[in-house]
Amino acid sequence: MGFFGNALLAGSCIAVASGLIGYFVVLRVQVFAGDALSHVAFTGALAAAAAGLDLRVGLFAATVAVALALGIAGGARGAGAQADDATIGMVFVWVLGLGVLFLDIFNTGASGANGTIAARTLFGSIFSLTAGEAQLAALIGVALAVALLAIARPLLLASIDAPLALARGVPVRALGLVFLGLLGLDAAEATQAVGALLLLGLLAAPAGTALRLTANPYRGLALSALIALLAMWVGLALADLVGTVPPGSAVILVAIAGYCGVSLWDGARVDGARGVRSAAVDTIER
Amino acid sequence: MSPHLTFNLYSDVHQLLAYQFMVNALQAAGIVAVTAAAVGWFMVVRAETFAGHTLSMMSFPGAAAAALAGLPLAWGYFAFCGVGALLIAGSSRRGRPRSLSRQSAVVGMVGAGALAVGYLLLSLYGGVLESLETLLFGSILGVTRGEVLTLAIVGVCAIAFLAIVGRPLFFASVDRSLAAAGGVPVGVLSVAFLFVLGLAVAATAQITGVLLVFALLLAPAAIARELTPRVGLGLALSVLLGLVIAWVGLGLSYFTNDPAGFFVTSIALALFVAARLVRSL
Repeated sequence: MGFFGNALLAGSCIAVASGLIGYFVVLRVQVFAGDALSHVAFTGALAAAAAGLDLRVGLFAATVAVALALGIAGGARGAGAQADDATIGMVFVWVLGLGVLFLDIFNTGASGANGTIAARTLFGSIFSLTAGEAQLAALIGVALAVALLAIARPLLLASIDAPLALARGVPVRALGLVFLGLLGLDAAEATQAVGALLLLGLLAAPAGTALRLTANPYRGLALSALIALLAMWVGLALADLVGTVPPGSAVILVAIAGYCGVSLWDGARVDGARGVRSAAVDTIER
Repeated sequence: MSPHLTFNLYSDVHQLLAYQFMVNALQAAGIVAVTAAAVGWFMVVRAETFAGHTLSMMSFPGAAAAALAGLPLAWGYFAFCGVGALLIAGSSRRGRPRSLSRQSAVVGMVGAGALAVGYLLLSLYGGVLESLETLLFGSILGVTRGEVLTLAIVGVCAIAFLAIVGRPLFFASVDRSLAAAGGVPVGVLSVAFLFVLGLAVAATAQITGVLLVFALLLAPAAIARELTPRVGLGLALSVLLGLVIAWVGLGLSYFTNDPAGFFVTSIALALFVAARLVRSL
């Protein structure tokens, strides 16, 4: 397998996992958490680089830790409570500022510094994955997808009707934490493919498209994964054919073009998320 | 002689101003800090933080497109932010009620899309390695006299706009329907303000970099709002804080050789946390 085969293997698994997880991210209106994780992914990766460690160590440690912290903080403050815009903006920009410091430390360090590390962490570098890295990424992607599907049913109920889920004995809080943990892992995974700055697009675009196409949650979940996979394949092919097009940008722009196409085609006919609430309750009741 | 920080303020300032590039950088940062702090204060009052964030993302493809077309980067910043502001104004004025989850999906897509286009343009330009970090995180080196002049003109225009319409704008921001009933053209004002916000973001992005715009646009205003609800005092405090954050950040960067972005954002967050603590006492 050449570099394209590696990219295809890793990218496909990452896309499916991101499509599935992204569906819940959009349904649960947790795009903010995804945004937070994208900032942290950048800083985590560069902190590892500055310390001379493998980038992935920093990526996974930082995103999972922050995802769980977000979950615990959210739970402690009661459902729905969120910090205000100003606080969020200030903390996010500081996290990036910290990343800049690590970037500078790495660039001025003696450890064979090269100028591409910022581009790699921010916008992905899927074509430079080695066979071993690609296999590991694929394995994690598959594991994430399986884990999400395993909790999909109760998570769906908890996402659309928490009181009902609680009454049915679903551990809503624990599920929320597990989901954020999965999101953290997926953010670290996706950073390798499309980069920290673009991973939000991979989470939001396929899911947003699927929600416009169907109100059935299981069909939507499958559709979201499928759209993410298609966007990944078309994006990678485009980037491979036209050498100057970076793969991360290509994948995200294809995914967004898909959303725009669907929006133009069906207008405002299906408002997924609202429909899902009623449709999903029916599906689950059955 | 390499610069080093002493406890003698006079000597520190003297060292800071020893090189022309540093004088340019301090002037540019000062102009931008004042403009961003004043516009940012209205942004916070009007709860349009998100528009500021989106506009800062849009400035990245703007700069990249200008680089690709061989034009001055400033043109790209101002053109994309100006047009972006009008687009935001147009899309929010139609005001079709949307579901929360679709809105958040669109938010995620707009940000990621703008950055993806910017990176694509930059790759086509072929200058990725040198300019990417500068565009995203700013650089205090290489601000020319011409750029300082451009920033000054834009800054003066923005401040003049706020000085002229500040009173009705504040009125419209606090109570839109009452202001409309009182004869204030709220629709025109909100479009005009978004446009000025776009210009301020474009100016700020040229100094702090695209990703760190909030350090000068949001931070001073948010801190001032924590400390005082008064209009005049709040604006003055915001401008003062903006200058402190920008100049102290640049100064520390000069003396330590660490990136300005780190100091600027750290000072901003530290002051914000301190203001929160002061208020909760």
